[in-house]
Amino acid sequence: MNNKSRPQFADMAFKIILYIIVSFVVFLLCGLLGYIIIGGVPYISWHFLTSGSNYVYAGGGIGIQLFNSIYLTVITLLISLPLSFGASIWLAEYAPDNWMTGLIRTSLEVLSSLPSIVVGLFGFLLFVIKFRLGFSILAGSLTLAFFNLPLLIRSTEIAIRNISENQMHAGLALGISRWEVVKNVIVPEASAEIITGIILSTGRILGETAALIYTAGQSASLIDFSNWNPLSITSPLCPLRPAETIAVHIWKINTEGTVSDAGKISAGSAVVLLFMVLFFDLAARYSINKRKKKTDAQLSKL
Amino acid sequence: MMDPIQTDLKKRSAASKSEKRGQCLTFLCIGISVLIIVALIFFITYKGLLLFLQDKVSILSFLSGISWDPNNGNFGALSMLLGSMIVTILAVFLAFPFSFGTAIFISEIKFSRGRNYLRLAIEMLIGIPAVVYGFVGISVVVPLLRVTMGGTGFGLLAGAIILAMMILPTISTLCVDAFKGVPEMYRYTSRALGATQWQTLRRIVLPIAKPRIVTAILFGMSQAFGEAVAIQMVIGNATLIPTHLMSPAATLTSVITIGMGDSVRGSIENDALWSLALLLLLISLLFNLFARFAMRKRN
Repeated sequence: MNNKSRPQFADMAFKIILYIIVSFVVFLLCGLLGYIIIGGVPYISWHFLTSGSNYVYAGGGIGIQLFNSIYLTVITLLISLPLSFGASIWLAEYAPDNWMTGLIRTSLEVLSSLPSIVVGLFGFLLFVIKFRLGFSILAGSLTLAFFNLPLLIRSTEIAIRNISENQMHAGLALGISRWEVVKNVIVPEASAEIITGIILSTGRILGETAALIYTAGQSASLIDFSNWNPLSITSPLCPLRPAETIAVHIWKINTEGTVSDAGKISAGSAVVLLFMVLFFDLAARYSINKRKKKTDAQLSKL
Repeated sequence: MMDPIQTDLKKRSAASKSEKRGQCLTFLCIGISVLIIVALIFFITYKGLLLFLQDKVSILSFLSGISWDPNNGNFGALSMLLGSMIVTILAVFLAFPFSFGTAIFISEIKFSRGRNYLRLAIEMLIGIPAVVYGFVGISVVVPLLRVTMGGTGFGLLAGAIILAMMILPTISTLCVDAFKGVPEMYRYTSRALGATQWQTLRRIVLPIAKPRIVTAILFGMSQAFGEAVAIQMVIGNATLIPTHLMSPAATLTSVITIGMGDSVRGSIENDALWSLALLLLLISLLFNLFARFAMRKRN
């Protein structure tokens, strides 16, 4: 009985095909990451990371874009965090089980599935034109905050729901209001998981391009890093100045192609962007793992 | 006259006041969020309909017209619509076998040492910004196609390859979730009865996971359809009806991305771009509806 029967042959074939597919995917993955990293790292220098960009001649840096990306991300989080916090607490604790809640959930889900360019156009229409903010950091942040809202609300709501019901019952039995229990017991308890959600969304904000082209603008105006008065238009902190981010910069120099060293600049910018995004991704992963270990240790004590 | 104890009892307690305040505050947050969503749909619909209501372009000629030349009054969106659809379908066809295989490997082949690393790597790919994919497309995929297939390299195939790389991690993580949703007990039972891994997968796991796999594909399609920056960088941006795989084309998103900055606000060209945006919005909503339908079938 040496020859294998048909089912076993099919099983072998299935596994061989599977391994071929997976090794191709691994090859693709390594090739992609390797190309970006090996191709871009040689261009990174202190000069490249700090000097201003040049749209005509070679040798420009991405200093202003780097600052813009970080500043825009911070402002976006400042706008979206309170809103998503409140909204997710309402959804987790107060939402009645009726058609209205269903409608609210559906609309959030619809928003999360919309293409970012559509959200960007809406931001252009509402913030840039109607609110007369012009192409500015504020318009870009408002748009991104809105774009990011469904993801943040969902992750925060899940974090709050993961806290045991007993905490709420204990609080209510002591005569504390539901709001106070949420504020003082449940949110601190859920904070680690909430922060993981925030870190994940930070990576998304950093890499977003389509929603920013027509809201934060495509030009990095000259800014004076010695001027820290937020009301002055040349100050880096001014929220009303146009601000091209690294992601938009890569897009722009590759589509307009007026710079002679566009390839080098985009390779360098791509690797900077990739490192920032991967940093946030790994940070989120690390915090998830740490929490898992902690709960495992607690469980084994019981 | 009420005695002080009675007034004290009838007054609302501090706890109940703070409760009301919290409830109002959180409801305000969710209210603002929903209000903006409604505003988005309203604004885009209003701007998108201007072309038909104010500029009197017929909807039929917009949807079926071949020529897109807003300067000369030709508003045919068919070439972009076709471009978007072909590129999306091609991308899903390219990405699905690989994402499906990866998902099976991650969730079904036990004791394989690499699977945790593979999962980590796939999940990290989701985070890579679209513009980085676009840059890789311009600097690797396009030159490669130019050498092997001829032409400029920019075109449908380049777009489809880049989109396939972008949706591969999305589809595969959703497929992994779909397989995880099948109880482990079913697999043990099937293997204990003497079925091979392939038989178990085909007869037991796949039929149960199928609705969620369909949802995963729909999510991938909707992501590919809505992607703007990466596709615009590699597709060649020619608003022509694509004739073969290598021909330069345009998608709804790519035309909007380039055009919105060039056209004068309030002009008929600008209105036409908003109509494209409305079309994009409607099709995204349609994808969402299909995905919901596929999910509901499971329940």
